[in-house]
Amino acid sequence: MNKDMKILVVDDFSTMRRIIKNLLRDLGFANTDEADDGNTALPMLQTGKYDFLVTDWNMPGMTGIDLLRNVRADESLKTLPVLMVTAEAKRDQIVAAAQAGVNGYVVKPFTAAVLKEKIDKIFERIDS
Amino acid sequence: MTNKKPLDDAAVLGFEDQLKAQANQLKDLVDSGDVSGALAIISELNETRDKTLYQEVGRLTRTLHESIRNFHIDTANSATNEEASKIEDASDRLAYVVDMTNKAANKTLDLVEETMPYASGISTEAKQLKEDWSRLQRKEMKPDEFRQLTSKMGTFLSKLCNDSDKVYSNLSDILLAQDFQDLTGQVINRVTTLVKDVEENLVKLVTMAGKVDQMTGNVQQEVKQQETNMKGEGPQIHAEARDDVVSGQDDVDDLLSSLGF
Repeated sequence: MNKDMKILVVDDFSTMRRIIKNLLRDLGFANTDEADDGNTALPMLQTGKYDFLVTDWNMPGMTGIDLLRNVRADESLKTLPVLMVTAEAKRDQIVAAAQAGVNGYVVKPFTAAVLKEKIDKIFERIDS
Repeated sequence: MTNKKPLDDAAVLGFEDQLKAQANQLKDLVDSGDVSGALAIISELNETRDKTLYQEVGRLTRTLHESIRNFHIDTANSATNEEASKIEDASDRLAYVVDMTNKAANKTLDLVEETMPYASGISTEAKQLKEDWSRLQRKEMKPDEFRQLTSKMGTFLSKLCNDSDKVYSNLSDILLAQDFQDLTGQVINRVTTLVKDVEENLVKLVTMAGKVDQMTGNVQQEVKQQETNMKGEGPQIHAEARDDVVSGQDDVDDLLSSLGF
């Protein structure tokens, strides 16, 4: 796993973005950008600069699940690893995210250890 | 708001009793061929129904007015009304909670981000000194290196004093930043009380409206709301009590692995 990879963190709450960025930095990923919803995030992702997307689900504008669907529908982004970090905890939502092609799903509130485990797992699978 | 429920029931039940009694009478009159007597009963029933209906509508309207007055919602002269409605006030209060929690979270994050480099700096230098110290204990250190170590130790100790003071003071500030909990807790409790009041009043209104429907023979079609959970619902409050909601990360992992993840 490349620790210099560029990560986009998408959440409508700035404090949650800061928390995730801090946790990622502690895990050695310092190259992060932020967006506050899918509408802001999608054009950023389409620049092709990003290697990993961490997104919330419930956001005004474009939600995380729609962002994920847009990413998967985009020829240049369809293989981008996506981790969902969200308070959405209904079974059919998790199934929907899996069907939409999410690579990992973390429910809030979460711990640094869980975040690390999911990121490791995603890149283990990609690198193998 | 005063509770008028027993009165309403009496009025509606009175009408029902009359309906039952006169229905039999009506049947008897029709059977015996007394058409004008039957028609008189029908018009009498109609009159009572209308009267009860008007009473119920009147009560409903009064209760609605009272409820609206109770929450100080004054649409007619809201511009001149000094006192904001309770609902508007509640929205303001909740906005205040969001603002307070946001400030506290940001302040805490600022302080944590400021403190982390101190902690990691102390740790890095201490590890290095520990290594040097072990070499000294194993008597592997040259006199020149020893002199370097003592000077490094001196610098480290004074840095440690400063930095640990800084860490302590930042931790105290983080502690103080949690004082929002008390204030937001009070505000949220007040809003919760208001929501309960509103709910109670609404239930009363719905009950009264139900009686009016009964009198007029209206049947309300239940409109089932389509689930739109793909929009996102936010945190689940009673996750343990629900089957359709996962209760934690382990559940999520199990669910995903059952899907072949």
